[in-house]
Amino acid sequence: MMDLKKNLLSVIKKTFGKKVLDSIVNNNELTIIVDQKNIISILQGLKNTPTLEFNQLIDLCGVDYLEYPKGAIQDKRFAVVYHLLSIKNNSRIRVRAFIDNNEFPVIETTTALWPAADWYEREAFDLFGIMFLDHPDLRRILTDYGFVGHPFRKDFPMIGKVEMRYDPSQKRVIYQPVTIEERNNVPRIVRDEGFHNG
Amino acid sequence: MAEIKNYTMNFGPQHPAAHGVLRLVLEMDGEVIQRADPHIGLLHRATEKLAENRTYLQSVPYMDRLDYVSMMVNEHAFVMTIEKMMNIKVPIRAQYIRVLFDEITRILNHLLWLGAHALDVGAMTVFLYAFREREDLFDCYEAVSGARMHAAYYRPGGVYRDLPDLMPQYQAANNKSKKEMDRLNNNRQGSLLDFIEDFSNRFPTYVDEYETLLTDNRIWKQRTVGIGVVTPERAIALGMTGPMLRGSGVEWDLRRKQPYEVYDKMKFNIPVGKEGDCYDRYLVRMEEMRESNKIIKQCISWLRDNPGPVISKDHKVAPPRRQEMKEDMEAMIHHFKLFTEGFHIPEGEAYCAVEHPKGEFGTYIISDGANKPYRLKIRAPGFPHLAALNEMTQGHMLSDLVAIIGTQDIVFGEIDR
Repeated sequence: MMDLKKNLLSVIKKTFGKKVLDSIVNNNELTIIVDQKNIISILQGLKNTPTLEFNQLIDLCGVDYLEYPKGAIQDKRFAVVYHLLSIKNNSRIRVRAFIDNNEFPVIETTTALWPAADWYEREAFDLFGIMFLDHPDLRRILTDYGFVGHPFRKDFPMIGKVEMRYDPSQKRVIYQPVTIEERNNVPRIVRDEGFHNG
Repeated sequence: MAEIKNYTMNFGPQHPAAHGVLRLVLEMDGEVIQRADPHIGLLHRATEKLAENRTYLQSVPYMDRLDYVSMMVNEHAFVMTIEKMMNIKVPIRAQYIRVLFDEITRILNHLLWLGAHALDVGAMTVFLYAFREREDLFDCYEAVSGARMHAAYYRPGGVYRDLPDLMPQYQAANNKSKKEMDRLNNNRQGSLLDFIEDFSNRFPTYVDEYETLLTDNRIWKQRTVGIGVVTPERAIALGMTGPMLRGSGVEWDLRRKQPYEVYDKMKFNIPVGKEGDCYDRYLVRMEEMRESNKIIKQCISWLRDNPGPVISKDHKVAPPRRQEMKEDMEAMIHHFKLFTEGFHIPEGEAYCAVEHPKGEFGTYIISDGANKPYRLKIRAPGFPHLAALNEMTQGHMLSDLVAIIGTQDIVFGEIDR
């Protein structure tokens, strides 16, 4: 299994050369990190090179690295992660592209390569506010009509910002600021390495 | 003569054929669909965001509520990702139990799909038949976990507890005679395995019954043959997995191609369709139920002969036994730490997928070393399927839309997450 990953990595390095900024083999899975500029050409190569043939886009998701421990990630906040599957070669790969602009994240769309990307990109736009250039129909998908904000960003509170109720005097459903308090019974703790070994 | 124009029509979210809360905005030309625009998100609960604020163990029951007709398989993908990241060895008996319940869940899911699909297309009886068998399978869930649907039975490191030696029986009630009680409890005299074995012996006849009702039924064929055709190339491009992909003739099944747990020791066939229409997907799923039944039988015979532990002995991830906690200080501390702080996953990321009854269900976890995931992404099989609805329905009649929604096996718990 490990050899397969090594083979795959060497083929990818041969095909793309310096365009692959970094590669990680973690938990027996191969991740390549690429520059936002090259994302389309890399994905196109992964899809169309006969020895690779990653013809199915399994998943596409946004990630917000705002609260990720410092030092691990460059000062880029958003990333888009692509999970690809090759049905012919029975292999998987993960591609991650960090987005340069933290305030207004923009990346090119992959809908031309895989039609499945359409809804996944709408989801990433809805939840993280990542804009996909040239996407045919970039609307919100999971949140309510008229929702404000991008709920999966780390600076968006878990309980949300507004709540909905029926107002008897106005005889309609209204939005108002949330009245509940966030309750977190288990704090988030990062232990030192090796803490759990002894 | 009146001029005929395209008009838009709203379908759902409160519609019996919308399978939950699907809202469709349809652009119609007479009775022919020009464009279908699904509006989803009415059941969005932000499971992934909630999981970021809870320990890994607290998130397991949320997985049940994603695809709420195949509960345990959702848990399976989640606990497998955790086990992969922490490098936990799962006892072999737990692996067999997981495979057994995955297949029970597959039958459970396909029975609901079959009943609902047939009901949408106009056959009432199949629904009643399918729910009769679902009752028995829910009893298996209840016997093993205490809950009929949201089991939270799979835990990181194994399963919550071993299969019970006694199958729970019906209790006397005013509305049931002695004779009726004896009939109901007839196959519940032994252990849970006896009950499942009895079910697996009866089940092929039941599938024959469904097939008698549908497979050669003229009306059923008129409504499904040639409807919603997807070519293999399009199915791959659209991100389809599971029966939707196999119905188009692509032989792809994670249980065979990327085996997890003990699927590599199981003997089963992968049914594949030819035309890629609703009827082929129906045949594929029917055959899958028979294959699942074969896997269940193989698991039962192994589980009977091989007792053993069902959850990891590593008390950093799995709680110690009650008895140990009463005598051993360290076991007590482990228990306390596990249920207050929870376990930590080393920094890194992993994606694990299982062959869910609907397709590839995967979870992608990014951990920063804390006791909670930094990011959890759930790859729901229904999401790309529903995205393909527009393409599948174009040029079809409105009544065919209902058949196509049925064949996609839509469940909103997983699509909206």
